[in-house]
Amino acid sequence: MRYLPLTDTDRQAMLAKIGASTIDDLFVDVPEIARLDGPIHGLPMHASEMAVERHMKALAAKNLVAGEVPFFLGAGAYRHHVPASVDTIIQRGEFLTAYTPYQPEIAQGTLQMLFEFQTQVARLYGCAVANASLYDGSTACWEAVAMATRVTRRKRAVLSGALHPHYAQVVKTMAHFTGDTIADALPAITPEPDLAGLMARIDEDTACVVVQYPDILGRIADLAPVAEAAHAKGALLVVVNTEPVALGACRSPGEMGADIVVGEGQSLGVGLQFGGPYLGLFAVRDAKHVRQMPGRLCGETVDAEGKRGFVLTLSTREQHIRREKATSNICTNSGLCALAFTVHMTLLGERGLRELAAENHRLACLAADRLAKVPGVEVLNTAFFNEFTLMLGGKPAREIIRDLADRGVLGGVSLGRLYPGVAALEHALLVAVTETATEEDIERLAQELEASIKETV
Amino acid sequence: MNAPNTSGWKPEMIPADGMHSGPATVTGNRGLMLEEPLLFEIGRADVTGVDLPAVDANAPNRLGGLARSEAIGLVGLTEPETVRHYTRLSRQNYGIDLGFFPLGSCTMKHNPRLNEKMARLPGFADIHPLAPQNAVQGALEVIHQLGHWLCTLTGMPAVAMSPKAGAHGELCGILAIRAAHEARGDAREVVLVPESAHGTNPATAAFAGYRVEDIPATPEGRVDVAALKARLGPDVAGVMITNPNTCGLFEKDFREIADAVHEAGGYVYCDGANFNAIVGKVRPGDLGVDAMHINLHKTFSTPHGGGGPGSGPVVLSEALAPFAPLPFIRQGDSGEFYLVEEENREERGPSFGRMTAFHGQMGMFTRALTYMLSHGADGLKQVAEDAVLNANYILRSMEDILHAPFGASGPCMHEALFGDRDFAGGLSTLDVAKGLIDEGYHPMTVYFPLVVHGAMLVEPTETESKAAIDQFIAAFRSVVERALAGDDALKQAPYYAPRRRLDETGAARKPKLAFEG
Repeated sequence: MRYLPLTDTDRQAMLAKIGASTIDDLFVDVPEIARLDGPIHGLPMHASEMAVERHMKALAAKNLVAGEVPFFLGAGAYRHHVPASVDTIIQRGEFLTAYTPYQPEIAQGTLQMLFEFQTQVARLYGCAVANASLYDGSTACWEAVAMATRVTRRKRAVLSGALHPHYAQVVKTMAHFTGDTIADALPAITPEPDLAGLMARIDEDTACVVVQYPDILGRIADLAPVAEAAHAKGALLVVVNTEPVALGACRSPGEMGADIVVGEGQSLGVGLQFGGPYLGLFAVRDAKHVRQMPGRLCGETVDAEGKRGFVLTLSTREQHIRREKATSNICTNSGLCALAFTVHMTLLGERGLRELAAENHRLACLAADRLAKVPGVEVLNTAFFNEFTLMLGGKPAREIIRDLADRGVLGGVSLGRLYPGVAALEHALLVAVTETATEEDIERLAQELEASIKETV
Repeated sequence: MNAPNTSGWKPEMIPADGMHSGPATVTGNRGLMLEEPLLFEIGRADVTGVDLPAVDANAPNRLGGLARSEAIGLVGLTEPETVRHYTRLSRQNYGIDLGFFPLGSCTMKHNPRLNEKMARLPGFADIHPLAPQNAVQGALEVIHQLGHWLCTLTGMPAVAMSPKAGAHGELCGILAIRAAHEARGDAREVVLVPESAHGTNPATAAFAGYRVEDIPATPEGRVDVAALKARLGPDVAGVMITNPNTCGLFEKDFREIADAVHEAGGYVYCDGANFNAIVGKVRPGDLGVDAMHINLHKTFSTPHGGGGPGSGPVVLSEALAPFAPLPFIRQGDSGEFYLVEEENREERGPSFGRMTAFHGQMGMFTRALTYMLSHGADGLKQVAEDAVLNANYILRSMEDILHAPFGASGPCMHEALFGDRDFAGGLSTLDVAKGLIDEGYHPMTVYFPLVVHGAMLVEPTETESKAAIDQFIAAFRSVVERALAGDDALKQAPYYAPRRRLDETGAARKPKLAFEG
């Protein structure tokens, strides 16, 4: 077997050193009832690289690849061009095959990268401190709610109706078990988010109000009034961002008064990957909250010779020290995805990120104008970044999407998929337009959408 | 055997001042040991490594008056500078590709490159999680096939694939247990966790709203069955037991414990972090397990990546399967695969809900499935046997000079546990770890599990040759002998790493967590 270096001669010599006659002497503590007489039944035997590759390629071939068709899906996962050097760097064995940097003297590569990552995320979010990443945006969202309950010692969270429904589901799943109260709502199908309605739901028991920016319908609005309303009641504002590229064009959540900013970092460096692994981003505007943060934090220090170096720090918040009193149970984070994010962000820089954001917005405006000309279609949003909602004039969006896929166009995400069973949302379609869409792709979508709407009852 | 090493290095070669000798350099570099500034010290705001159209400041926008007016504060590098910056940083890291990495409980085995190649096939890497299901049948089939392997290898009837890492898998199992109790109106408040458990176990139970109580260990390093049984009762929701445990031993009374827990109306969570020791040899389902997470990044060789991403699918018993999180995959009558989500009201049954936005760590699933297909049922059995053989070989090659607290308890499984007894001159486990860095090794896990003083947990894995292990044993013996002799020079180790010992206390006292300037 190509991954196992021991030879039978080695094994015999090692057993002799141990004083065992057979390998099964080392498994004597396994009770009789659990012993197997040979390889487990019902599974194939070992296979060559070629045979395995053939098997996996056959499975991959059954999927419609985003890059091969006009593609407009978003709703929390965005397709961006990832520069070739990103993947080259994350495949370096020193990064790929390292562990969590518990021995900092021989992990400065990972640690310095994390320090750069934390700095990039904090600046992008308009915050003081970001952590070294969490699993993904949705779990980061729950961690933010949990942190807000610790900071405020209150147990109620108000969720905006326009928070990604999967994020809201994750928060509700967890809150059910922790005994926290979650006040959620459905999104109002309005050109602008209903911030007044949201603010009216904040009360004296509210630990935090959670708002997505841009929201699930692609809308953007000034959240400063929400921050003021939350702070007036002693609550925190948690802002969720699922598209970091948007912050290359739009004001940062921290600037608008968010106390905790969390999000999905997948857009930069990571790729679509059918939903994972992704990259949870987590930051606090005010450094006073740092000791209540979940997850790993990398900090600067010096070594015994006075040279600058980096270590994981403030670990007394964490499970391996605090056990049941930890701020989170998280152990592994999303280190390699953080590296991909940081390399991509380094390639972009301030200028590149602003240009990338501008190009996304330009194409999205172009698409919105073109799609608005399709008979029966209206663009809902007043304002948007690179994603907007189309109303399909009473036509079921899920069926249209499936039909578009059959026509070779991945046309968007139907709100019916995200909010099953909600009649008011069945005719809405989310369309995301990134720099990877060409003007020809937009024209093709418009034409196929027009045809599909005509033929769908 | 037992010579310090083959390179001729001896402790007495350290200069009197204990410092690394040689003339200073202008750059601070030492040949191939290259210093590298922070990105923010070398990058510029107006430089980019990506060619994009320039921003047209006069272009109309629909940002609703929210266009950024302030600078973000980012800096950029061109592609050659970026590649060099991160390549230079990479060289300050230790990885499995460079050498032996016996970090106990973390299973640092070789990461096959075929896995990487398969995960990057556009048919897996470039598909959207919310694509219409008719467009992603191959992806759903990967999840289905991997689930089949996991169920078959563990002898369990069901699996939840969405948990993002081991600790997230623990959470999944514990939430399933709570949901099962709630479904029958049985409010239980306590989860029992052995004192040798990984810190995530008590943290998870507390995160899920339980009160955590410790179970003591016996002198031979296993769960104290009598103490555990005595504590069972109507308030105990379940137990979380790691098997093989963190002392590197198989919990031989696991079945008896499981039966007692079930008798008392509780459920058995098995922490499967150490499944690599028994994969293909023992099916946890035969031991009475109700839920167990499997770290694909340990047992099934997906890369650790400097701290993730992981992946932690959870196998479930018949009793807990109905409570599995959404979404999950089913196969329809005509062979098509589909996702059961919030909308499938009947099929979702009493599921406790969604734990994460999408379907789990697809990129890790493709890697793990590739690994399983490569090894097959026969190869995986050999994986466990070689891992256990290597660990016992190290145990028996060290125990004459290094305290092995459970060496008399019988064979160890995939890792060998030692303590710091008899170290002289105030030397500690940490000093031995740093000494091993100078010898070119990543140290073992230190100070865990907590039940052994100055614990050193050594996990070789199955992907090391006998020659590599013999060389490690020689180095480890040399460093231990220095600790037993009270060699003061060890206190200053490492000498030959990119950095000397770092001031962790100072880092925590005045946290500096982002670049300022």
